[in-house]
Amino acid sequence: MSKVFIYPSTSLILSDMVERFGHEPLGVAIAIRERIQTPGLDSPPLQMTPEDPKKGLKYAAVEVPSGVRGRMALFGPLIEEAEAAIIINDADLAFGCMGCARTNELVKFSVRQRKDIPVLDIRYPSNEDEGLAFVQKIKEFLSGLPEKNDPGKKKGGKK
Amino acid sequence: MPAKEYHPDFVGTVTKYVFIESPDITPQHLAIKAYEISSGVMIKETCFGLQVTGKPQEVDEIIKELRKTDPAHIFVKDRGFPPGDTRRCRANLGGARPGYYGHEFEMGLIRFVSKGLLNDENGEKASDAELKDIEEKKSEKLPVEELLKIVNSEEN
Repeated sequence: MSKVFIYPSTSLILSDMVERFGHEPLGVAIAIRERIQTPGLDSPPLQMTPEDPKKGLKYAAVEVPSGVRGRMALFGPLIEEAEAAIIINDADLAFGCMGCARTNELVKFSVRQRKDIPVLDIRYPSNEDEGLAFVQKIKEFLSGLPEKNDPGKKKGGKK
Repeated sequence: MPAKEYHPDFVGTVTKYVFIESPDITPQHLAIKAYEISSGVMIKETCFGLQVTGKPQEVDEIIKELRKTDPAHIFVKDRGFPPGDTRRCRANLGGARPGYYGHEFEMGLIRFVSKGLLNDENGEKASDAELKDIEEKKSEKLPVEELLKIVNSEEN
């Protein structure tokens, strides 16, 4: 079972596909849950503490808005942990203020900088035929990754 | 603002969304099925399906059983917040909760994915042209040489 980073990181479809085909999706909910369930000093609304933007410094420079650094404090460790990644390009739901938009760009850039993991670039389906192609592409990609309790299986190459 | 101590609820649990987009099964059917097989797991019925909160192993078992009901039309994803969390629940925010835009968008496409899953189960294969269609269309971007040609023609 491999850890697969998904983008958009809140994607229902990607999250489900990765889990359905036997791997672990790394979405932002994992990082949020970790913060929600950690006791400490209340820092509403997300239990983000002043430490988080400092952690984000590893991924974005100090002159970058703290919103980007704060978001990267969530995404960065997930990207580092990932053993594969699936990116949906031109996702209509992945938009937002400059903080979100720039973080999205940085997330995609950071994933592509990981030369040691296979990355699948794909677009959302817009009809039933593309739906079949979408499922087939993801299934083929995921079946090339190591299975659960099978660390010896070779990883798929960069797609 | 003075900092106050934060005591999280439901420590050690996971929350999962179960979305259902089926012509045969409603969220109510799914909720009844989930209640039948659960033991102490928190289940919340919603307009789109369920939210299940509990220990990871228990939640996984319930999800596994629920998926069997209609595998191609039930979709599951993680949720960071537990149900009713005051920071996210619309009852406390005084309006629609943020974050549903993404769900709404993807639910519009889910029928294509369901069809794809069903066809895949039946052994159908997509053609090379269809596979190419969903890949990133790199060739659609304007080549640098083309851009330079446009810039030069404007200057002249």
